[in-house]
Amino acid sequence: MIELRGIEKSFGPKNVLRGVDLTIPKGESMVIIGGSGTGKSVTLKCVLGLITPDKGEILVDGQDVTKLRQGSSERDAFLARFGMLFQGGALFDSLTVWQNVAFRLLRGTMKKTKAEAREIAIEKLRRVGLTPDVADLYPSELSGGMQKRVGLARAIAAEPEIIFFDEPTTGLDPIMSGVINELIREIVVEMGATAMTITHDMTSVRAIADKVAMIHGGKVRWTGPISQMDNSGDPYLTQFITGSADGPIESVR
Amino acid sequence: MKFLATIGRSVLGLLAAIGRVALFAVETISHLFRPPWYPREFGAALMQIGYFSLPVVGLTTIFTGGALALQIYAGGARFSAEAVVPQIVAIGMVRELGPVLVGLMIAARVTSSIAAEIATMKVTEQIDALVTLSTNPMKYLTLPRVLAATLVMPILVAVGDTIGIMGGYLVGTGRLGFNPGTYLTNTIDFLEWLDIVSSLSKGAVFGFLAALMGCYFGMGSARGAAGVGAATKGAVVAASVLILAANFILTELFFAA
Ligand SMILES: Nc1ncnc2c1ncn2[C@@H]1O[C@H](COP(=O)(O)OP(=O)(O)O)[C@@H](O)[C@H]1O
Ligand SMILES: [Mg+2]
Repeated sequence: MIELRGIEKSFGPKNVLRGVDLTIPKGESMVIIGGSGTGKSVTLKCVLGLITPDKGEILVDGQDVTKLRQGSSERDAFLARFGMLFQGGALFDSLTVWQNVAFRLLRGTMKKTKAEAREIAIEKLRRVGLTPDVADLYPSELSGGMQKRVGLARAIAAEPEIIFFDEPTTGLDPIMSGVINELIREIVVEMGATAMTITHDMTSVRAIADKVAMIHGGKVRWTGPISQMDNSGDPYLTQFITGSADGPIESVR
Repeated sequence: MKFLATIGRSVLGLLAAIGRVALFAVETISHLFRPPWYPREFGAALMQIGYFSLPVVGLTTIFTGGALALQIYAGGARFSAEAVVPQIVAIGMVRELGPVLVGLMIAARVTSSIAAEIATMKVTEQIDALVTLSTNPMKYLTLPRVLAATLVMPILVAVGDTIGIMGGYLVGTGRLGFNPGTYLTNTIDFLEWLDIVSSLSKGAVFGFLAALMGCYFGMGSARGAAGVGAATKGAVVAASVLILAANFILTELFFAA
């Protein structure tokens, strides 16, 4: 279970998060929606400790993770349970595709033999709809959508308990988006993972969410089960899911 | 008053920056004693910083050694001291020019590429990705580069010193009419152990500074392509200035009477 309580974060004069409260029960799939630049990625990075919030606490299974010291063994143990797909893929461009996917399995406490690691990498690549012949290419030789999927394969390679996906389907064609949505759903159902996904794609939201949270103005504007999303009565949420230019959300931000 | 405030602010800024660099250096060194280590990254850094720098080191020092011989001959001729060319070339190369030139070439070649690479990784979230994959970027990126540069620079400087003396030898024997045997004996007899020790120690310090600046500015890069550009520029300028300042201090330590 992940709980965010009153998270605030500013970059200089810009108050990005102004008190985010959010609870994600274990084994559920939470989808975060909201306009670009509203701080969705920052929220995920706060949980991972990549950004330190100015205020508030983040509890993962009751433990306040904002207090974990960089490089401490508690923090290492915490990170070992996570998988993260970054918005831009964030593949290591000095390593081949399979070495990227198997990164965790090639070093550290989860180290496996090279052959085993490669086999797992190829299996994960297959799951995200990529053939084994991309395994030995470098990330720069792939299209943006393929890089995204390699990033996804890397995020799930070590079978994490908690997975964060930052815009997993942005830049993919509709069919591939469908494949990825199904995959995320499977990971949550089969592996019992807790997932937090950021997306703008309403098809994705409906395919993968148990719960939805909308971030607006630095706070969680609305949160609830997916079944209540369409008749929430919240004008902001309604405008967002219908993609209408008219409504309380300004189109110039 | 405004003027004074500006000066005050710059001095405070500089002191804060020195403090941050010092902390960064201490953290880097502390990882030397704490596992895990990444030998593969270290090996790659050795190749990049050491082996692939050899051509540039050779070219810079051979021309400088040759020019030095010509200058000393011309200058020495004014008070009939032409004969000291081998000795002065040897001292000049080994004590000063070898380490400084190699240091500055490394700042140009290695510091810039380290800074640009790490800054790009930072900007494209690869550093964040490393952290989420339970890998400490200081261990995985910084330590291997800084350690490799510190260990390999004395070798590069030794090569540079030798090739620089060779450049002087070629000009001395080919253009200035020195006897090859005498030139070499004079060179070898004149050099002392302290000259060589100081040369190689300077190399180690310059290598440490060059790689450290590349990593420090890369890790601190601001977002976007402009951030990468600014990080690279800052790294090369800082490394060059620090190398020249360290050179002065080390010369003072080794040779002040
Ligand atoms: N490391 C950072 N330094 C400065 N500003 C940042 C940083 N990360 C994010 N921001 C700013 O915070 C805001 C929210 O960013 P982000 O969370 O990436 O938005 P999104 O909701 O589209 O994912 C943006 O205005 C962005 O410019
Ligand atoms: Mg984002």
